[in-house]
Amino acid sequence: MSEVATRPAPNLLSNGWIKTGLILIGVVLAAIVGAQLDSSGTLHKVLIDPFQQMVSAPDLLVQTVWEGLVSGVLYALIALGFVLIFKASGVFNFAQGIMVVFAALTLVGLHEKGVPAFLAVILTLGVMFLLALTIERVVLRPLVNQPDIILFMATFGITYFLIGFGEAVFGGNPKQMITSELYLPKGAIDAKILGGFVSFQKIDIAAAIIASIMIAALAVFFQYTRIGRALRAVADSHKAALSVGISLNQIWVIVWFTAGIVALITGIMWGARSDVSFALEIVALKALPVLILGGFTSIPGAIVGGLIIGIGEKLGEFYWGPLIGGGIESWLAYFIALGFLLFRPQGLFGDKIIERI
Amino acid sequence: MFYREAGQYKSTYAADMAVFPLRQDRIGIAVILAIAFIGIPMIGNDFFIATVMIPFLVFSLAAIGLNILTGYTGLISLGTAAFMGVGAYACYKLTTFFPGVNIIVLILISGLFSAAIGVLFGLPSLRIKGFYLAVATLAAQFFLQWAFVRVPWLFNYNASGAIEVPLRSLFGIPITGASASAETRYFVCLGLVVVLTWFASNLVHGRLGRSWMAVRDMDIAAELMGIKLLNAKLLAFAVSSFYAGVAGAMMIFLWYGGGEAADVFNIRLSFNILFMVIIGGLGSLIGSFFGAAFIASLPTILKFGLPALGVPLSGAAAEHVTFMLVGALIIIFLIVEPHGLARLWQITKQKLRTWPFPY
Repeated sequence: MSEVATRPAPNLLSNGWIKTGLILIGVVLAAIVGAQLDSSGTLHKVLIDPFQQMVSAPDLLVQTVWEGLVSGVLYALIALGFVLIFKASGVFNFAQGIMVVFAALTLVGLHEKGVPAFLAVILTLGVMFLLALTIERVVLRPLVNQPDIILFMATFGITYFLIGFGEAVFGGNPKQMITSELYLPKGAIDAKILGGFVSFQKIDIAAAIIASIMIAALAVFFQYTRIGRALRAVADSHKAALSVGISLNQIWVIVWFTAGIVALITGIMWGARSDVSFALEIVALKALPVLILGGFTSIPGAIVGGLIIGIGEKLGEFYWGPLIGGGIESWLAYFIALGFLLFRPQGLFGDKIIERI
Repeated sequence: MFYREAGQYKSTYAADMAVFPLRQDRIGIAVILAIAFIGIPMIGNDFFIATVMIPFLVFSLAAIGLNILTGYTGLISLGTAAFMGVGAYACYKLTTFFPGVNIIVLILISGLFSAAIGVLFGLPSLRIKGFYLAVATLAAQFFLQWAFVRVPWLFNYNASGAIEVPLRSLFGIPITGASASAETRYFVCLGLVVVLTWFASNLVHGRLGRSWMAVRDMDIAAELMGIKLLNAKLLAFAVSSFYAGVAGAMMIFLWYGGGEAADVFNIRLSFNILFMVIIGGLGSLIGSFFGAAFIASLPTILKFGLPALGVPLSGAAAEHVTFMLVGALIIIFLIVEPHGLARLWQITKQKLRTWPFPY
C-alpha cells in the first residue's frame, strides 16, 4: 500500500496505464478500420456515424452539450449537499434528494398561503434550519458512533418521513415553481452558432450562474471563516476536532443547515425547469453516480463529476441511445461512473484509500 | 428457569458444529415448522395466506439472499430487486421454452440465471467497497430495469409487456396460474423457503461461510490468511443473487400471478429488502425472517390497525401517515436496537434462560 517506496527506473511497457492505453488505441484503430470497410455495419453505426453526425451538425452538438451541462450543474448541486454532510459527519445522506423536494415544496406551499415570495424564501430557510436541528437532536445524536450503514439506514427513515410529511402538509400534486416572483428570467435566447440556431433557456443560464456563485461562496466560507475552519477540522478528524474544543453537535447542525440551503437553491432551479413534485426524488438518485465519480469527500469532485455525468449521458442518449432502443439515460450515468471507478476506486478527487491491517 | 441447556455434552466435532446443537433449539424449530405446515393452513383463511404469509415467505427468501451478501460478506447491494427480476423473467422464458418441465424445478433453475448476472455485476466489488460499491450496484438496478422494459424478447413480445403465468400443476394439483389455490401456493413457497434456508444455514456455518465472514471483518487480513477474495466475493454475489432470483420467480409466479413485472422490481423494493436485512439483523438468518415479517406487515398493520384503534383515516391521508410512521419507526428502531431484531431475540432467550435470577 505504500506509495512512498522508491520506484525502479520506469520501463514504459511495464506501466499498466500505458499498456492499457496502447491496447485501447490499437483496439479503437482496428475497430475504425473494420467499421470503415463496412459502411452499414453495426460498428459503423456505433463508432463512425455518431461522430459524422456531430461534425455535420455542430449546432445540434452544441445544444446537446449545453443541455448536458445544465443538468450536470443540477446533479452537481445535489451531490454537493451529499459531500458537505459526508465530509463533516461521515453520514451517507440519502435524504438529500428528498430535502431538495421538501425545500421547494415548502417555498411554493408558503407562497400559495399568501406569503410574499422573498419572505417565503426566508421562512423556508428557517424551516430547513429547524429540520437540521431536529435531525441532529433526534437522529444523529442518539446514533453517534454506530456503524456507517446504520446511519445510512437512518437517513432512509428521514427520507420516508419527509415524503409522508411533505405530502400530508402540501399535497402530492405537482406544483409550479414561483419563478417570476423570485425575478428569475424566463424564455430563451436563440443564438446563431456554427450555422444553426442553438436555444439557451434563460433559467438555465441563471442556474449555472447562481450555482457558480454559491459554490464560490461556500469555498470562501470554508476557507476564511471560523466556522468553516471548524468544519474542515471536523472533516479531517472527529476526535482531534473534539479535543481542541469544537462542538460536534453544533457543527452537524450547521452542516445540515448548509446542505438545506443548497437543497433549497437546487429545488428552486430544478422546479423552475420542470415542476415541483416528488418525481424529483428519483432524478436525485442521479447524483449518486456523480458522487462515486467525483469522490465522496471532494467538492470540486462533485462539480466536475456532475458535469461529466451530465454531458456524458446527454451525448450518449442523443447519439447512441437510438441504437439500442432509447431511454438509456436511466443507467448510462452509472456505467460512466463505473468505468472511471475501475481505474480510480476512490473517485476522481476522493481521498486515497489507505488500508492497514 | 424456563429452560436449561446445561448437560448436553458433545462428543464429536460434527455434533458440536451442528446447525442446531441444542435440544431446545431442535424442539423450537420443530414447533415452528409444525405451525407453518399444519397450524397456519388450518386456522388461516385464504385472504390471510395470500396477502400476509406468501409475501412474508417471498421477502424472507430475498432477505436471506441479501443477508448473505451484506450481512455475511459485508458487501452492500442496492440491486436486489433487479436480481429478483432476472429470476422472474428467466423463469418466464424457461416456462415458454420447456413447458413440460416441473415449475418448481424451473423456479430453482431461474435462480442460476440470476446468479450469473449477479456475478457479472459483482465484478466491481473486487476493486471498490463500502458505499462506492452500493452505488455501483445501482447500475445493475437501473440497467436491468431498463432491460425488462426495452427488451421485448424477455416478455415474449406481447403488447402489454406483462408476464403471463401459465397453468402448471404438480401431481394433478395446479400450483401456478389463475386456478391455483392460495393454500397450494403457500405450501410450495414454504417448501422452497424451508429447503433453501436449511441450505443457506449449512453454507454460512461451513468453510465458505467462515471465509465470507473473514472477508467482511477485514478483507486484506482475509487475503493474507489465504482466502481468495475473487472467489469469496463473487461466490457471495452468486449465492445471494440465486436466492434473490428464486424469490423473484416465486414473487411473480406464486404471489402476483403475473403482471407488469418491470414496475414491481423497482428501486424501492431493493431498499425495502435492505431494510429487512438491517432491521432483522445483519449476519443472521433468523433475523431475515424477523425483518421480512416486520417490514412486509407494517403497511398492512397500519392500514387496518389504525382505524381499529380509533384513528380515522381516509385513503390518501392513510398513505401519508403510513410513510411518516414507517420512517419514524425505522429511526426509532435503529436508535433502540441497532443490531436488529435478531439481537432482541437473543436477549429474550437469555432472559428466559436465567429468568428469576438474572445473575
